Amino acid sequence: MAIKKTTKSNLITIAILIIIYIVCQILIATGSMSNLMKGLLVPLCYYSIMAVSLNLTVGILGELSLGHAGFMCIGAFASSFFSKTMVDVIGNTFIRFTLAIIIGALSAALFGMIIGVAVLRLRGDYLAIVTLAFGEIIKNVINVLYIGIDRNGLHFSMQDSMSLNLLEDGEAILNGPRGITGTPKNATFTIAIILLILTYVIITNLVNSRSGRAIMAIRDNRIAAETMGIPITRFKILAFSISAGLAGVAGVLYSHNISTLTATPKNFGYNMSIMILVFVVLGGIGNLRGSIIAAVILTLLPEYLRFMQDYRMLIYAVVLIALMIFNWNPTCIQWRENHSLKNYLPMFFKKEKEGL
Amino acid sequence: MSMLSVKNLGISFGGLRAVDSVSINIEKGELYGLIGPNGAGKTTIFNLLTGVYKPDTGIIELDGKNITGKSTMDINNEGIARTFQNIRLFKNMSVLDNVKVGLHNQNKYPTFAGILRLPSYFKTEKAMNEKAIEILKVFDLDEEKDIMAANLPYGKQRKLEIARALGTNPKLLLLDEPAAGMNPKETDELMDTIRLIRNKFNVTILLIEHDMKLVSGICEKIFVLNFGTKLANGEPKEVLNNPEVIKAYLGE
Repeated sequence: MAIKKTTKSNLITIAILIIIYIVCQILIATGSMSNLMKGLLVPLCYYSIMAVSLNLTVGILGELSLGHAGFMCIGAFASSFFSKTMVDVIGNTFIRFTLAIIIGALSAALFGMIIGVAVLRLRGDYLAIVTLAFGEIIKNVINVLYIGIDRNGLHFSMQDSMSLNLLEDGEAILNGPRGITGTPKNATFTIAIILLILTYVIITNLVNSRSGRAIMAIRDNRIAAETMGIPITRFKILAFSISAGLAGVAGVLYSHNISTLTATPKNFGYNMSIMILVFVVLGGIGNLRGSIIAAVILTLLPEYLRFMQDYRMLIYAVVLIALMIFNWNPTCIQWRENHSLKNYLPMFFKKEKEGL
Repeated sequence: MSMLSVKNLGISFGGLRAVDSVSINIEKGELYGLIGPNGAGKTTIFNLLTGVYKPDTGIIELDGKNITGKSTMDINNEGIARTFQNIRLFKNMSVLDNVKVGLHNQNKYPTFAGILRLPSYFKTEKAMNEKAIEILKVFDLDEEKDIMAANLPYGKQRKLEIARALGTNPKLLLLDEPAAGMNPKETDELMDTIRLIRNKFNVTILLIEHDMKLVSGICEKIFVLNFGTKLANGEPKEVLNNPEVIKAYLGE
């Protein structure tokens, strides 16, 4: 049976990810990977997940969202809270972490749905502003929220940890601006890459299904889609909450990769949301593989520019502009086509030209 | 029983009475033409029939069922499909996918079945592909099924829009200026296609058109609209020779 072109392209992406994974594992095993790089492996995966999932909202659904870090934040805190309270109850790391991932994804998806119902009737700039505000609200609410647990159950407060009135055996899990400390560090590179591939497969499968076509139809022409009998709001909310849920998964990886989880402007603020949007735009709106590549390059770049100290972000900005030009300038596109691998290694690409 | 029965339909935009007490009766299987000078309210009637606008007055009945005031989506599910005067294709999707969006409510499987690639996904997608290609063949578009809709030539985009509308399995098909921008040869082909789809897909057709050759060539009845009200209604021959109609089109 002939394989469809899109399916083939998706399989190539997954193959590339697996090869990268194997290469990294070999490098680690032979000890030729720097500690800096080792520490970046999991972040690279969760940033890629963020970029791919935001691409579902921006590229496939065609709505601009600037609050994607907010969903990551929810996923991070919900799963971290779960892992910390359950660390003694569920001994098996695999089961606990799997449950944490599911909880992180579901809670973020739930918030995505709630926000979606409220804001998806807005369009374009308005939606962008509301999602931006939402991301900030989430972060700030978590910064004043105190949650503790003792044998009577959960205690909530919005003042300080003293007013939780915990019994002597109780423990404050979420400590306002000090966040959650001591989340078990369960996020390994293997799990992270599996989740990245899963995210990628979920989105590509969605796009190439009945619901995905409905979502893209809404993006391309809302009025025509409505005339075709497609429930606009339902599919918008569906896409938005799947996107949010996957951002929640990235949040789970984030929170299980560090020892102290706090909601600061740096990690869950709008800067983060915009950075993810930059990954998406640079990688190509609607292009999932591009999102991953952009996320990897733009995460590694500032780290490897550290030797430039103060000039680091300046160079980063220049590189961003250069990459953007290289990506979209017609002359550069022409150059890329002339020097594409297809010209140098035609034997590997023959089949595609025959129209498989 | 009539397929579409419109009684006393009317809508105002501010002080402008865009459509006023229009009544049309279309029998099952009929090919009906809706004509009138520019700004007469023809497209407004289409928008009223498909629920884009809600009428101020009047009742719309499709196949004996009252559909007045329903949403666009529900009206499509009841069996009215349309094309647009300014083409509204899903431009960044393939020709095949455009028709498959039309089939959205005909062949169903849940979202998670699509994500998890359950057997129902493969079964339904296969049926959808076959159905979509069958429809595309009628329009000679099956060769172009993998092309982006935006890259089709103009005439084929018009045809694709009709194909997509037929995908929703309508009882009544509304065509808004299907021959606009087509050359005489393409218009001739289109006339054959419209006749063919009426018989093959068993639909009733109401079309807006300025090309009098097409209108007089295929329409069995014509409704003439001027300033939002009925000017004439009946057989093409008598309507097109009606002095009032000639006056509305050509002036005194």
